[in-house]
Amino acid sequence: MQSEFKHIQAAHCENGVTTSLLRHIGVHQMTEPLAFGIGSGLFYIYIPFFKVNNGPAISFRTMPGMIFKRTCNSLNIPVFRQKFSSPQKAKLALDNRLQAGQPAACQVGVYYLTYFPKEYRFHFNAHNLIVVGKEGDNYIISDPIMETLVTMNSYELERVRFARGPLAPRGQLYFPKEIQPVSDALMKQAIVTGIKRNIRDMLHIPGNIAGIRGIRYTAKKIKGWKDKLGPEKSKSYLAQLVRMQEEIGTGGGGFRFIYAAFLQQAQAYHPIDELMAVSKQFTNTGDLWRDAAVQASGIYKGRLTSQSDYNIMGDYLLKIADLEKKAFNDLALVIKKMK
Amino acid sequence: MKKDEIPQDPGALGKIAKELSYVVDENGNYTTGHSTGWEIKMKALDVAWEDVEKRIAHAKQKVLQGEASPLLYYMERKLMDIEIVAGYTGFWKWQVKRHLKPHVFMKLPDRKLEKYAKVFEITREQLMQIS
Repeated sequence: MQSEFKHIQAAHCENGVTTSLLRHIGVHQMTEPLAFGIGSGLFYIYIPFFKVNNGPAISFRTMPGMIFKRTCNSLNIPVFRQKFSSPQKAKLALDNRLQAGQPAACQVGVYYLTYFPKEYRFHFNAHNLIVVGKEGDNYIISDPIMETLVTMNSYELERVRFARGPLAPRGQLYFPKEIQPVSDALMKQAIVTGIKRNIRDMLHIPGNIAGIRGIRYTAKKIKGWKDKLGPEKSKSYLAQLVRMQEEIGTGGGGFRFIYAAFLQQAQAYHPIDELMAVSKQFTNTGDLWRDAAVQASGIYKGRLTSQSDYNIMGDYLLKIADLEKKAFNDLALVIKKMK
Repeated sequence: MKKDEIPQDPGALGKIAKELSYVVDENGNYTTGHSTGWEIKMKALDVAWEDVEKRIAHAKQKVLQGEASPLLYYMERKLMDIEIVAGYTGFWKWQVKRHLKPHVFMKLPDRKLEKYAKVFEITREQLMQIS
């Protein structure tokens, strides 16, 4: 019953799911960086007064579900998405879809995800995977983080589809509905839309917690952590910052490397030389995020303990904010040349 | 990050899958490479787990001193907070909060205790005390 599905490994789960599903229905142009860029995936937000795993709520990417939604919208591909009140109905809907020989994506929690190493299993409910087939009681799963296909039995799958807590997936099932040929002209247009939206999200969201201003806000906070929270809690907070920066496989660059790769691939559709230069700017900020992570690790390992070490950490973020602001401003100029 | 700079430290995820990373090749073009893990990131994860251990130890102490019900201990062991416990048990958050008081918890009817035992994957007997 397994449809001919090509497993694709990705640096980030939602990019991977989007890429695999779209390629499966014939959008052969799709790659992980293009999905990330068209879906305007690059972001930064620090939500005050709100805790995740008892630490600061920080995200380096856009809200869960948006990359898939925006990418499909931009390419005029209708999307099916449903949440379920009962596990039975959720299972039936998935089984019907598989019976028809078609894959479907699920939002799941990672705490009970059997094939994940224990060290990664926190109550995080916005992981994405694709179910591609069923053999007996076993579901065949393409998880973009894994190198190959994996399996879970029906009980295990139900458990992760109905994980509880913040962002509870409630059995959520989604896939692109129809096979639509996507022309290169449409790709060109989608790239422009994606870049414009990303410029808006990073430069023009009011308030000081999102986008470039959010990075500056965090920098200010970090400099005050040592006095306000004490050394132990500050260590935990910095470790959390680094963990959020990384998720899995962004190379420590907080998704900046994927965005830089997107701009290079965008150049194939919009042959403008400056795109390469802006891509390079994002590679630089990705490298700086990595350097900042090394500085943070000095603190959470207990090697660096003074206030000036926290100041250096904050200054890294201020520098990153300046460079990313420039990169997006330059990108705004490039966009004017795109047709 | 350049391709030859991809960290290859032993990491938890590296045991089951190598991570895909986006890197630039010698001509400045983006390509992908695999990483077994990065020590900086592993240490961040270690810190998170050390925090969990500390929270469990703290919860245990509070339960032994009669300041909290065993619910607190088992909740921390499952890395759950009140919201998550409420989600899995079907109780309201205020109920879970109330059940954290030892005298309330000890008088709960079996049917409610069973719900907790099931979520924490222990027996009802184990739930009533901590080991």
